[in-house]
Amino acid sequence: MSADELQLDGDGRLKHFLTIDGLGRERLNQILESAEGFIGVAQQAIKKVPLCRGKIIANLFFENSTRTRTTFELAAKRLSADVLNLNIGTSSASKGETLLDTLRNLEAMHVDMFVVRHGDSGAAHFFAQHTAPHISVINAGDGSHSHPTQGMLDMLTIRRHKGEFRDLRVAIVGDILHSRVARSQILALTALGAREVRVISPRTLIPARVEDLGVRVFHGLREGVRDADVIMMLRLQRERMSGALLPSAREYFQLYGLTEERLSTAKPDAIVMHPGPINRGVEMDSQVADGPRSVILEQVSNGIAVRMAIMSLCIGTQNRRSQATGDV
Amino acid sequence: MSSTDLWRDRAAVEAVVGQMTRELGDVLAQRGITRPLMVGIHTGGVWVAERLHALLGLNEPLGHLDISFYRDDFTRIGLHPQVRPSHLPVPVDDRHLVLVDDVLQTGRTIRAALNVLFDYGRPASVLLATLVERDGRELPIAPDLVGLQARLQPGEQIKLTGPQPLELVLAKTPERRAKRDGGVPPANA
Repeated sequence: MSADELQLDGDGRLKHFLTIDGLGRERLNQILESAEGFIGVAQQAIKKVPLCRGKIIANLFFENSTRTRTTFELAAKRLSADVLNLNIGTSSASKGETLLDTLRNLEAMHVDMFVVRHGDSGAAHFFAQHTAPHISVINAGDGSHSHPTQGMLDMLTIRRHKGEFRDLRVAIVGDILHSRVARSQILALTALGAREVRVISPRTLIPARVEDLGVRVFHGLREGVRDADVIMMLRLQRERMSGALLPSAREYFQLYGLTEERLSTAKPDAIVMHPGPINRGVEMDSQVADGPRSVILEQVSNGIAVRMAIMSLCIGTQNRRSQATGDV
Repeated sequence: MSSTDLWRDRAAVEAVVGQMTRELGDVLAQRGITRPLMVGIHTGGVWVAERLHALLGLNEPLGHLDISFYRDDFTRIGLHPQVRPSHLPVPVDDRHLVLVDDVLQTGRTIRAALNVLFDYGRPASVLLATLVERDGRELPIAPDLVGLQARLQPGEQIKLTGPQPLELVLAKTPERRAKRDGGVPPANA
């Protein structure tokens, strides 16, 4: 089943959120608009809205993550949902329970939404295909395939600083080959109509035919960031450096590390982003990470609002379904 | 498909808003409220509140409320497609608020708006001002100040269009139009 058939209901409403691929500009803008509304909830004395009262949202993390899991948890709690956090790596899976058995057990606990992070590409799709029809699945990162909520929180951050996408040159720097974040960013930026999307990376860390995604490839940082409005740094997975792909962290920084000096060719008002956690002195200098162009901590706050928007859109679609079928 | 007729033109609406401004000034004076905070409900309520705010010459900025996250029909129809951020520029704690909406019908919007306000703080009091009060209340909510009153036929709805000019239109669904005899009662009845 294609991602489109899976993640949209018959009326084109978002039921699962698995990938940005195929969602289209209008739907992405709707998510961003709703997220703008949810940003305001942080200004309330009581930082909660009642949208998902009585719903149970289970975070299924087969892979470690602190930031993503915490912001999903906070998003669910701000929507007044009840949250279960399951670190599957340390529980059932190690006792030999199959994925489907885990799923059925959680369904029996009347869970309404699964937030899934898994090391294998396609894991969230698998969950969406096999789960009961009244349950929504959100992809919180699957293998090197997709990390769509990260992509959307990045778009929200860009839009809040820069407005329209059609005027923007955006440079993505780092390990494009293994990065699910980069894939989601590229899909979102092209769907939203960014003027130019560039990827900047050593030859060993760039996938074949990446141009087919509609990006321009650069191997040098200085040319790559020239006149850029937005520079999105990717995290360098340290485990890649043990293979033959990269000589050393120090050499990577020599060539691809972002410094104030190298930023000088970018637009004066360019913003610098990073999905975290930062390897200071590898992907970027502390001066840049803590400097005036850095919007890295805003990305974290925006992540909560975007996840609230996506969760409530999916739960809302489920509500409509149960209303229509009389199945509650 | 529904059809719409003009119900009150811009001059009539402006006159009503002018009348509401005078009455609101009296109510505030009676209650000894000197520094009210005005809050409009998106979208029509904000338009009316902007007028009242300017005509009363209030110093503190106008607040905007979006009730999408507090609607009681989320469990039926999902998230409202157009959400605007709520913005309360001044803390509401211990302040006297004037909540403004365009049309009061079921009272569900006001119920939701009060819940939003109380998640921002604990106001000293809340007054409700609506441009139009129509029949169809489903909750025990009554306005303190009303511009126009209306009784409508089934299938009819009053909507405020704006922001420039402000006009009130009557929307009718075709299948109900045959029953329209009697029409709309005179305003300010």
